[in-house]
Amino acid sequence: MTTLPRSEIRPNRKGWFKPYIAGTWQLYAMMLIPIIYIICFKYKPMLHVVIAFKKYNAFNPNLSVWDMPWVGFRWFEEAFRDSLFWKSLANTLILNLGDLILGFPFPILLAIFLNELTSNKVRKATQLALYLPNFLSWVIIAGISAQLFANYMVNVGGGLVNNIIVSLGGTNVPFLENPSWWRFVYWIMGIWQSAGYSLIIYLAALMSNDPSLSEAAYIDGATRMQRIWHVTVPQIMPTISTLLIMQVGKVVSISFDRPYMMSNANVTDASQVISTFVYDRAFTGHRFDYAAAIGLFQSVVGIILILIANQGSKKMGQEGII
Amino acid sequence: MSNASVKSVPNPKKIKETGSELNNASSRAYQICWCTFFIIVSFIAIIPILRVISISMSSKDAILRGDVFIWPVGFNTDAYDKALKTGNFLRTLGYSVLLMLGASAINMVMTILMAFPLARRNLKLGSIIMTFCVLTMYLNPGTIPNYFNVKDFNLINTVWALLIPGAMSVYNMIIMRTAFRSIDESLYEAARIEGCSEFRIMWQIAVPLTVPTIATLALFYAVSRWNGIEDQLYYINNSQLYTVQMTLKQMIESIKISAEEGSTTQMTPDNVKAASITLSMLPMLIVYPFVQRFFTQGIMLGAVKG
Repeated sequence: MTTLPRSEIRPNRKGWFKPYIAGTWQLYAMMLIPIIYIICFKYKPMLHVVIAFKKYNAFNPNLSVWDMPWVGFRWFEEAFRDSLFWKSLANTLILNLGDLILGFPFPILLAIFLNELTSNKVRKATQLALYLPNFLSWVIIAGISAQLFANYMVNVGGGLVNNIIVSLGGTNVPFLENPSWWRFVYWIMGIWQSAGYSLIIYLAALMSNDPSLSEAAYIDGATRMQRIWHVTVPQIMPTISTLLIMQVGKVVSISFDRPYMMSNANVTDASQVISTFVYDRAFTGHRFDYAAAIGLFQSVVGIILILIANQGSKKMGQEGII
Repeated sequence: MSNASVKSVPNPKKIKETGSELNNASSRAYQICWCTFFIIVSFIAIIPILRVISISMSSKDAILRGDVFIWPVGFNTDAYDKALKTGNFLRTLGYSVLLMLGASAINMVMTILMAFPLARRNLKLGSIIMTFCVLTMYLNPGTIPNYFNVKDFNLINTVWALLIPGAMSVYNMIIMRTAFRSIDESLYEAARIEGCSEFRIMWQIAVPLTVPTIATLALFYAVSRWNGIEDQLYYINNSQLYTVQMTLKQMIESIKISAEEGSTTQMTPDNVKAASITLSMLPMLIVYPFVQRFFTQGIMLGAVKG
């Protein structure tokens, strides 16, 4: 079938190319379809970025991107004057920073304390329960958050939390109506969804720790808190800083489905972020050119931030993420 | 691979336990404290799911009175009957399952076809092709250029728009490549001398040796297809092609579309919403306890690569 063994016995002195191809053409053939896919669906769209510098005609939607007239940087200038764009940029930063401040330390604390447990059963059960929401879509989570945080009204029912507050004699908290409270719900549901994932990463880092260090500290008379603070924490520091840097690098990029599904008409002031702004402008407002310009701006800033974060992590003596 | 190394490390807890025999009583109290704490945390984590399930099974009156907390009051299954009748929910469920299986199969074939050659050390263009792949992880063209690209291929409003644009994840491909790399290449050499083609080597040697990784990645692909809604919002404008997530979105947004009367807006009652949420969670909830192990492994695989 293959000619490689023969060429090995009688090496072709004229060149390496023929026997090499004879031995590996099948491998290259395997990659053919995936490479065509990557060119067509990962690289070719990059050319379509030019629509950010062109004029899209909503009355002629089938006009190819290449035939649209050029407008230069007009959409970028418009974006920088558009207060809604700045608002969605600010919202993106606020929501991401909130995730970072509230959501980031939580799994670290859980992992450190879970590591203190001797009971394997409880540890497994906790992992099982915390990791589950990771596999629910944001559509489902948005539905669940409504069931949890909706206002309670007599003869209408309501969400669990307000249900409890009212039955204890309090008044409704407008979780889904007030923008500030909505942000809080957004962050809480984010923690609920993602804590289990990070928890498992940290636990894996903790499990590979050297147990003799903790033992030595114990023999030297270190208390529990001292052992956690001086032995356990330093050992997961590399994992923490890597994950932190990755998050900081992503501070201007935001997923689409989470804010889009969680938001409602009352809180667009807080929930309009870049990704939903792009979607609204393009698919509702038919301004694909303007939306593409905003998307391009976000991508460029995002790449710059990731490069800076990567440089920073290398400076701090960590391995870069790229 | 990573899992084996994790397991081979002696359990640090065991050592600590034998080391702390002196203050056994306080140690036990400490353990009980943390156990209780984590049982409470786990319970809080599943309360949202319990709440939805109990609402879906409660009687309407109990919900309206606000009697339902996290346990069904006035148990009945009317909401499920209604949810299954709304907008052909059952057909959508079946379609979504098929789409998920199809996507997972396509993704896996593409991933293996790319990862197997790239894992080989004698491939001269290997590192160039690898860079070519990895670059796409950082250079994301964005929503709108992707949309026009899909439009160029005439995939808008076809089921292929949900399958082809995401046919392979480079990140998962790298994980698969790492798994293939752990196989000793002398096995391939032996097979080649016996006259095996590369396809056969891949299919009969490499794939059976990496089944755990393949299962893990297939599950990740399946979950992301099942949960995906973004591409349907961008590329699909035909309710026949909507998956469960999209149908659920419309239901939660209280828009009920009935074919006869055109589109009429009508509030979906809370228990029917809860029932549809439960139904679309159901496949995940049933499968999750059995496959959780693979998902946990999957995270480790990614972490090893990182």
